[in-house]
Amino acid sequence: MDTPIPDTKAKAAERYRAGVMEYRKMGYWEPDYEPKITDVIAVFRVTPQDGVDPIEASAAVAGESSTATWTVVWTDRLTACEKYRAKCYRVDPVPNSPGAYFAYIAYDLDLFEPGSIANLSASIIGNVFGFKPLKALRLEDMRMPVAYVKTFDGPPTGIVVERERLDKFGRPILGATVKPKLGLSGRNYGRVVYEALKGGLDFTKDDENINSQPFMHWRDRYLYCMEAVNKAQAATGEVKGTYLNVTAGTMEDMYERAEFAKSLGSCIVMIDLVIGYTAIQSMSKWARRNDMILHLHRAGHGTYTRQKTHGVSFRVIAKWMRLAGVDHIHAGTVVGKLEGDPKTTAGFYDILREEKNKMQLEHGLFFDQDWASTRKVMPVASGGIHLGQMHELLHLLKDDVVLQFGGGTIGHPLGIAAGATANRVALEAMVLARNEGRNIMEEGPEILNQAGRSCLPLRQALDTWGDVTFNYTSTDTPDFVPVAVASY
Amino acid sequence: MRITQGCFSFLPDLTDEQISKQIQYCLDHGWAVSFEYTDDPHPRNTYWEMWGHPMFDIRDAKAIMGELKECRLMHGDCYIRLCAFDSTHTWESLRMSFIVQRPAHEPGFMLTRQEADGRNIRYETRAYVAEKPEGTRY
Repeated sequence: MDTPIPDTKAKAAERYRAGVMEYRKMGYWEPDYEPKITDVIAVFRVTPQDGVDPIEASAAVAGESSTATWTVVWTDRLTACEKYRAKCYRVDPVPNSPGAYFAYIAYDLDLFEPGSIANLSASIIGNVFGFKPLKALRLEDMRMPVAYVKTFDGPPTGIVVERERLDKFGRPILGATVKPKLGLSGRNYGRVVYEALKGGLDFTKDDENINSQPFMHWRDRYLYCMEAVNKAQAATGEVKGTYLNVTAGTMEDMYERAEFAKSLGSCIVMIDLVIGYTAIQSMSKWARRNDMILHLHRAGHGTYTRQKTHGVSFRVIAKWMRLAGVDHIHAGTVVGKLEGDPKTTAGFYDILREEKNKMQLEHGLFFDQDWASTRKVMPVASGGIHLGQMHELLHLLKDDVVLQFGGGTIGHPLGIAAGATANRVALEAMVLARNEGRNIMEEGPEILNQAGRSCLPLRQALDTWGDVTFNYTSTDTPDFVPVAVASY
Repeated sequence: MRITQGCFSFLPDLTDEQISKQIQYCLDHGWAVSFEYTDDPHPRNTYWEMWGHPMFDIRDAKAIMGELKECRLMHGDCYIRLCAFDSTHTWESLRMSFIVQRPAHEPGFMLTRQEADGRNIRYETRAYVAEKPEGTRY
């Protein structure tokens, strides 16, 4: 180390004089900074208040999400404060979005506790999201360094081992959510599970808000569901499962429910995103200890992922959940009733399923991401999809996905089992045709009609839903080219 | 009943031409094809008997169909499945698996229930044919 020269000392004294100072001058804006391979990097969409300089706003985001407070504090000088300051190193205008900027911010690894999404998110999406000089703020994407990735357990089961346990290879997994989502008694509920599984589905699923209500207590549901699962398994000779939702008011209740599910021989349990990151990580560890597949329903995410100006992109949530360690996560359908631009959704699927993600701006992926052999998460496509879209679903989402046809199974005119059979036949026919080299995007409807000739339930389903579509404009779409003409 | 393991059990039994096309699909992806047979189709019977090793070095669908023909000759009364292995890092498992022969008659499974503590029930799935010794079941 060089001995500090008096000039530097004078500068430091000036820097730490009590008072208020611009964030950009406090060290949170370093345009020459080159992120280290161990840095966590975040890219935010920053919309400053009118008259606020975009660089200053971005530096403030770096400051407020790391070490800064609103004023200079002398106690910084007791620490290696330059290391701990997050550094905004790049600010680009968002294409076709006047007044909005992409701010790239690098965080030293020492800022974060190993293996804790709660800790990471408390910094990155903590106080900073309420910061007054910003009109709006959105966390778009993050690059997790391998050194950080390796502090997480990741999925307890993962796509490959899940397939091995279920003995299901070569096609998407088929599921359905029991409907109506509320009101069925345990006995009636189990009937739906049995019919759907016997008819050809691999999984059935509790909905996010099925916990333990007056019409059906959780133990009753579990007992009847496992009767249905075992009966369907014997009827088909095939492994079956039902996601028993263990979401509850306390961790103790969740553990109790999960233990009961295990004692009944269930191969999978389910939690909701609203239980929180820490509870998710706890259940992940429990699932690992107990050979259980862990399904995550992303209940609540739409409150902060959907609007492009403010919140957190789902691609960040997908990354956090792969680290936190879930085996299934709902990730969009593209063609169904819920939000989902095709390219943005492809980005989510890549995050969950690939070993390494390449930066792909048109899919909303801002960074290369190395997952360092973290197991892969099975995406779940659920919400207003039906078998008439089978060719599109297979083409867009590929093989490693759970396709959930709730209404399309339970609402079948010939009954639930027939609905399940129709879905399974449509799926197998489409996979067979694709593997034979046929162009399913062109021949899809013909392939389905052909399969329907020897399968009455499929023919009936096509007559009922063949033409239903949900064509609405997506709100969460890629910005195509975030590299701007002018860089500050 | 009809056992629905494997990825094409809900379709009419595949013809040899259809099987051959699926084999070609596996070869095009660099997967190693193998055949396995059993007369114990319990859903959790993972290890069916191997008809030789996975054919890592055979890249010709016709030759693989020849192996299937041999296997069928020797085990005409068994279930036979095709398996395709992918050795790619982070997969290193099966990519595809489907039944290419099944016995003429499939009696299916009995579900037994043993009433345990409280309302708990211990379930057991047992193939009706499992009472007979291996090799004499179908």
